[in-house]
Amino acid sequence: MTTELKQKKAALELRARVMGMTRDFFGSRGYLEVETPLRVRVPALEDHIDAEPSGDHWLRTSPELHMKRMLCAGYERIFQIGPCFRRGERGERHLPEYTMLEWYRVGADSADLIPETLELLTSVAEVTGKTVFDGVDISATPRVLTVREAFQEWAGWDPVASFDADRFDLDLVEKVEPRIGMESGPVILKEFPVARAALARLRPEDLRVADRWELYLGGVELANAYTELTDSTEQRERFLRCAEGRMTRGQEVYPLDEAFLDALHRGMPACAGIALGMDRLLMRLLGTSDIRDVVAFADG
Amino acid sequence: MYTTSDLRKGLKIEIEGQPFVITEFQFVKPGKGQALYRCKLKNILTGSTLDRTYRSTEKIGKPDLMQKDMTYSYPDGDHFVFMDDATFEQVTVDVDVIGDLKYFLIEEMPCQVLFFNDIPIDVELPVFVEKEIMETEPGVRGDTATNVNKPAKIDNGYEIQVPLFINQGDLVRIDTRTGEYADRVNKR
Repeated sequence: MTTELKQKKAALELRARVMGMTRDFFGSRGYLEVETPLRVRVPALEDHIDAEPSGDHWLRTSPELHMKRMLCAGYERIFQIGPCFRRGERGERHLPEYTMLEWYRVGADSADLIPETLELLTSVAEVTGKTVFDGVDISATPRVLTVREAFQEWAGWDPVASFDADRFDLDLVEKVEPRIGMESGPVILKEFPVARAALARLRPEDLRVADRWELYLGGVELANAYTELTDSTEQRERFLRCAEGRMTRGQEVYPLDEAFLDALHRGMPACAGIALGMDRLLMRLLGTSDIRDVVAFADG
Repeated sequence: MYTTSDLRKGLKIEIEGQPFVITEFQFVKPGKGQALYRCKLKNILTGSTLDRTYRSTEKIGKPDLMQKDMTYSYPDGDHFVFMDDATFEQVTVDVDVIGDLKYFLIEEMPCQVLFFNDIPIDVELPVFVEKEIMETEPGVRGDTATNVNKPAKIDNGYEIQVPLFINQGDLVRIDTRTGEYADRVNKR
């Protein structure tokens, strides 16, 4: 174990430099670094994300709801780097505790975050002196395609016309992501079906899809961006639908985050936000397929 | 039955009455989607491979597999007789199950026999067996090159490639996993 930890020195040094460069990147763009609670009264309601209990609280699965309360309070550009916790998630690309980078920008929509995210990637990749990692050039112009296009091309059906949650997940993993993995640059999958809108606004010109995109590098999902939903009534309805779905599937149902809904009700400016898995970014920079290689202690 | 949280590389599972071993395993979770468990599987009986993705709610069959310590006794036509070290019961294993390992069986050899639903499906021999070279071209004195080989036959006619310095009557060790020459046993 000690030897293993010793062998990680170069990776952990790179990790520290990447974290520093990320902070510099946002600092130079007028973003304020914020810290929101790790231990929260209510975890965000998501279809398939389970929270780890912590006494009479939970450990956060994402900093999203607290950061949005800051947006409601007038903070216009904020970012945070910190741990998130998800129960039962462990694998080559998953740890139950991992490091998320999340940032929000008032006045932007999700499309505005694409160039900013790609600039962040090329900027932090400078620590390695390379831009190509395992055949993927992160400085290349991304291939942008809609979820509908990707599924029609590689899975042979249109999930926007009629959505099938189970088939969607399976085909995404078995058919779409492997094809995305063959691209030699970043891939952006955008306009997710409304059933997978999560906390994203629906596209005004087509309410069947959400203003949400995912960034892939080498077939691995790296970041998830939204033009944020600002309508508190719609947000409440989505939470309730989600709670209902969780109940039906026998998952734990968390209460609604009324403090967040209240802030949203009083007004959140139009904005876009994005979450990026720092461990996965480091995996790419270090050329490893195992997330445990980029953290000092992977077993808690 | 297994649940998806039991899945891992090396686990043996049962699908439609066939035993499989997981050769590759990955936990995946597409953004905002359900947890999925991707497996590459190898059929233990036929060796054929299969990709399977399980959802977290699925149950997976547990095969009735048992590995027993046994001792090889004697050949009997197209069969080989083993004795269970614990019960002294005799078990007959078909030549199809043993395959080329039949060339390396030696009486009283300790083996491990894998049973699926009480039927022997695989035999594991010790990693190395010692066999005498019955037939090979004479060795070249002083030639200890190990990268040049020549054919040689062991007692039952099985042919292996051995270095030039090996002579008829030499005792060699064979790796039963590969069926290849490993090294020469010093003469007693």
